[in-house]
Amino acid sequence: MPSLAGLFFCLIMNSELKNLKKLIVNQSLELDCGKTIKDFPLAYETYGILNKKKNNAILAFHALTGDQFCTNTNPITKREGWWTTAVGPGKAIDTNKYFVICANVLGGCMGTYGPTEVNPETNKLFGTTFPVITIRDMVRAQKHLIDHLGIKKLLSIIGGSMGGMQVLQFASLYPDLAYSAIPIACSASHSAQNIALNELGRQAIMADPNWKKENASPDKGLAVARMAAHITYLSKKGLQEKFGRKLQEKGSLKFSFDADFQIESYLRYQGATFVDRFDANSYLYITRAMDYFDLEKQFNGSLSLAFKNTKSKFCVISFSSDWLYPTTENKEIVIALNACGANVGFVEINSDKGHDSFLLNVPEFLRTVSEFLNSTYNEINNEKRI
Amino acid sequence: MRLIMKKEFEVISKIIQNNKRVLDIGCGDGTLMEYLKKNQQNDVRGLEPQKNLVQICISKGLSVIEGDAEKELAQFPEKSFDYVVLSQTLQAFFSPDEVLNQLLRIGKQTIVSIPNFGYWKVRLHLLFKGTMPITKNLPNEWYNTPNLHMCSIQDFVNFCKKKNIRIDRSMCLTNEKISEITNRNMAYKNIFSQLGIFLIQ
Repeated sequence: MPSLAGLFFCLIMNSELKNLKKLIVNQSLELDCGKTIKDFPLAYETYGILNKKKNNAILAFHALTGDQFCTNTNPITKREGWWTTAVGPGKAIDTNKYFVICANVLGGCMGTYGPTEVNPETNKLFGTTFPVITIRDMVRAQKHLIDHLGIKKLLSIIGGSMGGMQVLQFASLYPDLAYSAIPIACSASHSAQNIALNELGRQAIMADPNWKKENASPDKGLAVARMAAHITYLSKKGLQEKFGRKLQEKGSLKFSFDADFQIESYLRYQGATFVDRFDANSYLYITRAMDYFDLEKQFNGSLSLAFKNTKSKFCVISFSSDWLYPTTENKEIVIALNACGANVGFVEINSDKGHDSFLLNVPEFLRTVSEFLNSTYNEINNEKRI
Repeated sequence: MRLIMKKEFEVISKIIQNNKRVLDIGCGDGTLMEYLKKNQQNDVRGLEPQKNLVQICISKGLSVIEGDAEKELAQFPEKSFDYVVLSQTLQAFFSPDEVLNQLLRIGKQTIVSIPNFGYWKVRLHLLFKGTMPITKNLPNEWYNTPNLHMCSIQDFVNFCKKKNIRIDRSMCLTNEKISEITNRNMAYKNIFSQLGIFLIQ
């Protein structure tokens, strides 16, 4: 009964999601698809304390399957926040020092307006009738949150993967709203390979007979989508070292299609646990937004024009074993920033952990983030003294 | 930091005027950049191939890009910097002439320093020992030296003439002392200087 888990998830989520911290955005937001939304919820979380000058705020953007709970325990899933390695007291993004803001993206399923919300016009869940959203829509929605919190200029905007895309989009839309910007393991436009991989996930969901059925959810499809995606977050070397050809049960092969290998079992587990915390339609919408992201196209084929007016100091970071958003794609961003004379630093971090490196304990990476933030913080506070 | 480098940076920072845009190629741990930023209010950027050094720079708040000058320089627009600095690295490139062309394209002015292969200790080493010269300034063996295209001060001046590169200033370091190179003292300086520093465009 794969659909029961999903149904259960929906019921639990809907009752608990009401208690989450939310901003009801009462201004209208014209989406890139042409539709306009108004009075929509944006669920968010903050960590640390906003100082008197309001210059210690960092907006962290989450990736495809993240949410506003970047650290501590997520009260809905009871799991650790997705960026607990980096965000917290004394950590790289130190909540003793900085005020960290993280919002669930538009189209998400953790309280922000998305396919799991009720359509006020029909009183039914949106599902696939939710408008198609873009990275730019997500970013514009979060700008309302910054205004609501009374922050004139952010200390930094930071995010990896789709979070990095939001950093780029934010920096382009609001050139003087962040002292610094840290796009990590991302790209200014989704490559054909990345679109293909996302399409694979969407097709898996849409091939599930429970998709679009009332009171059912396409858990099998979503699990397969997650399994496929999860492979892309790791590196060949990392997988080989962790799993190799190790068998699930010692001894011989079972000559069946059960999970003989540890890697199979691991992936099945990843898929199975994912459906308990994520909505299949959200997965469709958010992957679509990533595929549509093309900052270069927004500026008629010139990526450097996207950053022409930027006042932010950039630190672009990539990982050596990331084949999903490889160093070359991150470097395109650096090249564009250099072409328009922007202030940019770039480093590729050595890591065997693939694209997921930015979420894991990779000391060199965490140290770079910590020190870059620290130097930005010191710079703006010294400036003010003069 | 070695004394000769300290002196070299002193010369370079004196050439560079305040409040200008500077690109430091092979910026190392950012010592020169930091000095220029703090004391001369220069808007500085760096390019450095070694990850660990890039990380040190970033932690100092310096905007440094990890990369190889032979591949990365094409991305910078024409005359986008007032000064481009290349300190003691020209000889380590596969194609020093092409790198130099890029520097001249990017910078309104370019500052290049070279370890002088015409230095008397280098000459004597080869003459008497018959082996590849090893000095304080050139400490590596022939098989592990990063220096692929060594040249002397005279070589560099000849090269500039041949390529119609204008030399605005030429200076040298001799036993940590700084002096100007002129047409008249060239032969002498080419023997007694460890380092040549040129402002070209």
